[in-house]
Amino acid sequence: MSGAPVISVEDLHVWFDLADGGELHAVRGISFDLHPGERLGLVGESGCGKTTAILALMGLLPASASVRGRVLLEGSEIMAGGEDTISPHRWKDVAMVFQGAMNAFNPVQRVGKQIAEAMELHGTATGRSARLRVAELLELVGIAGERQDRFPHEFSGGMRQRAAIAMALACDPKVLLADEPTTALDVMVQAQILELLVSLTRDLGLALILITHDLPLIAQVCDRAAVMYAGEIAEIGTVHDLYADPRHPYTRLLFAATPDIYGDDLVVSIPGSPPRLDHEPVGCPFRPRCDAFLERCDTVAPRFRTVAPGRSVTCHNGDPA
Amino acid sequence: MSGTPLLEVSDLVVHYPAGKGKVVHAVEGVSFSVNAGELVALVGESGCGKTTTAQSVMRMVHSTAGTIRVDGRDITNLSAGELRPLRREMQIIFQDPYESLDPRFKVRDTVAEPLEIHGVPREERDARVHDALVRAGLTPPKLYLDRFPHELSGGQRQRVAIAAALALEPKLLLADEPVSMLDVSIRAGILGLLDEQRRAGLGILMITHDLSTAAHYADRICVMYLGRIVEEGPAKEVVRNPQHPYTRALVSVVPKRDPRLTTQPQILKGETPNPVAVPSGCRFHPRCPVAQAQCRTDDPPLSTARDAREAGHRSACLFT
Repeated sequence: MSGAPVISVEDLHVWFDLADGGELHAVRGISFDLHPGERLGLVGESGCGKTTAILALMGLLPASASVRGRVLLEGSEIMAGGEDTISPHRWKDVAMVFQGAMNAFNPVQRVGKQIAEAMELHGTATGRSARLRVAELLELVGIAGERQDRFPHEFSGGMRQRAAIAMALACDPKVLLADEPTTALDVMVQAQILELLVSLTRDLGLALILITHDLPLIAQVCDRAAVMYAGEIAEIGTVHDLYADPRHPYTRLLFAATPDIYGDDLVVSIPGSPPRLDHEPVGCPFRPRCDAFLERCDTVAPRFRTVAPGRSVTCHNGDPA
Repeated sequence: MSGTPLLEVSDLVVHYPAGKGKVVHAVEGVSFSVNAGELVALVGESGCGKTTTAQSVMRMVHSTAGTIRVDGRDITNLSAGELRPLRREMQIIFQDPYESLDPRFKVRDTVAEPLEIHGVPREERDARVHDALVRAGLTPPKLYLDRFPHELSGGQRQRVAIAAALALEPKLLLADEPVSMLDVSIRAGILGLLDEQRRAGLGILMITHDLSTAAHYADRICVMYLGRIVEEGPAKEVVRNPQHPYTRALVSVVPKRDPRLTTQPQILKGETPNPVAVPSGCRFHPRCPVAQAQCRTDDPPLSTARDAREAGHRSACLFT
């Protein structure tokens, strides 16, 4: 990708205060760039920090969380000033489709009214112009505009998910964050939604971050993927590179754990489970589950280093240092 | 495989009343069999009737017509009391191991409960519980016996549910989406465990929406659409040489691991119709990309697919 990134994340950390006075270091220093029209997948097991990381970009973490790091939106830092600097961009420049969004509509309010809410809040459209804009948005996601006067229960699951995407697009954002947007949907409806997301990035130049635990889904939809583990990016690169030549053992094992419809190879499980992050891990957090560890992995945490243009990995293997 | 199948379902029909005199056609004439040592996957989208079929086999729902034979014996019209001894032979595990285990029961009690219900003498139970935990990969068992579900991971919970199902040494196991709630990294462990039991002679009917999992672990796949099996055959043959237009579309939209495979997904418009109003003729015709006039009137039966490369590959389409 050439040109300036629309959003850059630099060394982002998130901690949560725990009831017992301790801290949970959920996101442990992640960095990546995203260009207009680009589709980046964030993939990893439950609890790896992928949702926490993008909620931080939206400034939507609970009060028990503290954040450090820089987030540059078209070159300007938006994180340092907290809510004051983030809120002008929320929904306007950076919008999100939440996990289970299709089930989060208010059941007693018409769909169109709910989509118009963000516009009215930001003053981008009101009244009649809001209605027109809602119709336009619904058409954009493949729903007839006059259906804005329907109630959520009159929509199927796939249509509600389309409406949730329309809602996120209400203020014409530059970046769309989608958290497991197809998890509860059937595979055919999933394909329809993914096709929609791809066409939005292509036609509107929208940049997309897609969160999922489903690696093949990212392989099919995204240009690049960041594999997250224990709050870090284990590896980032193009989906082709990650598939053909995974540099982190976790990336390789994650592919091997995923059955492929045409595959003949043995599907393996990854023994053990991710570390708890209420204590800082010593050495490499993946060490207990790794099949390619070195001596220093026990004691020294690997650094996130660039191994090729656009390709970075957090692993001692191949690191001369 | 010769002889009597372990499970034989013939022309199963399940209708539910939908109010106002309407009827939900949940299952409409489904036939298949499962042999000992065989894993058969029923695959399809929500509402295709796969779970209703499984529940009907377990006699958890009443069937409207058709027969269900276990080991050659017709169980379709047995009373609850007559069914009870047969329940030892067929067990079920569910999708959500967080909900299927009683949170107040220790692992020991969960696995011993079916033994108690079926009158296994008390002195035998400990050994049977021990064996079942070993078979389910929870070793050494003493590490797990006194734990409560909340002290176990999702994968361990599903193993406890499997141990409880295996404790009675059933011949047939129904697995309803056994891994869809679990993290990818541990799914292979659970599926491998089921595969081991299959090799040891257990017959398994797996309900899943995931064609990739079915392709890997099943011997045969039955693809269901709107209450019917529209295609069936050897698992790899069905996914690599799909014949029915619905299966072709389904296989084409399953995300593939290899990003270089850029075959155009064939995305069907709309969603599966409501099983209250099943389309006339071939029930797939309104969404079918190759439907002809005849498809609106003729309801095709399952028959040997024209381009089948393996025996037992059948499709319910007038043109394939």
